[in-house]
Amino acid sequence: MKQIVITGMGATTPLGGDLSSTWAAMLAGESGVVRIPEDWADELAVQIAGYVKVDPSEKIDRVKARRLDRNTQLALIAAEEAWTDAGFGLGADNPVDPERLAVCLGSGIGGLHTLLGNWDVYKARGPRRVTPFTIPMLMANASAANVGLLVNAAAAVHAPVSACASSNEALALAVDQIRLGRADVVVAGGTEATIHPLPIAAFAQMHALSKRNDDPKAASRPWDKGRDGFVLSEGSALLVLETLEHAQARGARIYGTLAGAGISDDNHDIVQPEPSGHGQSQAMLKALRESGLSASDIIHVNAHGTSTPQGDMTEAGSIRRALGSAADNVIVTSTKSMTGHLLGAAGALETIATVLALKERVVPPTINLVDPEDGLDIDVAANTPRPLPAGDLAALNNSFGFGGHNVAVAVTTANTTS
Amino acid sequence: MATTEEIRTQLADLVNDVAGVPVEDVQLDKSFVDDLDVDSLAMVEIIVGCEDAFGVTIPDEESKNLKTVGDAVAYIEQHS
Repeated sequence: MKQIVITGMGATTPLGGDLSSTWAAMLAGESGVVRIPEDWADELAVQIAGYVKVDPSEKIDRVKARRLDRNTQLALIAAEEAWTDAGFGLGADNPVDPERLAVCLGSGIGGLHTLLGNWDVYKARGPRRVTPFTIPMLMANASAANVGLLVNAAAAVHAPVSACASSNEALALAVDQIRLGRADVVVAGGTEATIHPLPIAAFAQMHALSKRNDDPKAASRPWDKGRDGFVLSEGSALLVLETLEHAQARGARIYGTLAGAGISDDNHDIVQPEPSGHGQSQAMLKALRESGLSASDIIHVNAHGTSTPQGDMTEAGSIRRALGSAADNVIVTSTKSMTGHLLGAAGALETIATVLALKERVVPPTINLVDPEDGLDIDVAANTPRPLPAGDLAALNNSFGFGGHNVAVAVTTANTTS
Repeated sequence: MATTEEIRTQLADLVNDVAGVPVEDVQLDKSFVDDLDVDSLAMVEIIVGCEDAFGVTIPDEESKNLKTVGDAVAYIEQHS
């Protein structure tokens, strides 16, 4: 089976405008959650969110930006960072054969600001004032397609949609593309930009969001008894994946190996996780099987861990169910305690965090875990980073989405260069 | 009543805003598509922008006849 290595990474998040600042903030245990600085938040039950730390207008030309939803603007920022981080140029300096280059970029919702903004225009000023760019801006594949244009991908461009599992599914699809021989290089990940009164009101009506408005940085607190829901955040994260041969032939720096992925569906309820955690554990077991790993190889799990009352404990049980007694030796964390929940970008961002945790031998903390849930049967990196040992290491990253989607991704230190 | 040059100047700002074309390039003899590289969707925005800016109505069947900046300025002069 072909080995797939990670040679480039990029992210724009509530913790930092780029990946290096994001990772530094993770290790420092910072929170990216803030009060929403907009008048429209005053009437909402939930008034906190996680905004990206970069103004897209500083990165993207004005005329180009007005044809791109914020969802896509964030994706292009992360994609350019990942692409150049891999050592590739753009335009005439792009050396990759387009026929061997694919993009797999998921988003949970898509161009929401464009959709709702143009509906506002329609109602206020009539149908002829709706921009003709509305459809190419709002379509769920817009970000994947624009990143494809950026990097010159002609093998295929995919836009998997599976709510909060979308970008882990994109990584799983990228693995398939490479192993089926359809591409040598894939830019894969996710993007999301939905901080707008409608989705906040809607998620709040589901009682899915934290209402800790008076203490935003303490709002995302996975496995803590005081948790009361997730925090809506925005951002994008992308990885450049290559066959080992392709990377070695060009002497690329290698962060680690994307060993495989496991996908399942709860087949239980459109939003509630199946309480036994069977589907979630199946995703983890399939990821191990596809990667040629056993439970005892796993040293770390970056959990989905959104800070919802039910979801966190279901996942803790499913990790125990999947790994058995080997879970005793696994350090679990939820970086969502710091980033909030990036929905369709969450899986890719947390896979990047998992890759860096193995490479740098340090697990970022789960902040705000001051009063752990009774019966929490996993070892969580509460509040401070935890060291990882030297040697060959493997880890899992979980993402679960409304619709019952479960995707676990397995990464290892194999082939890592310094 | 605005002069031809005033209309051209205002239209140039609009074309710059929508399509990023330098205002000095937006001259009466220039074709939107062939010279200024304005694509069909941007052209729709320019037409609607003209309606708002100059208080004219430009039906779809008329807009496709506005090939050059001069065509657009003449239409605006005749209908505003």
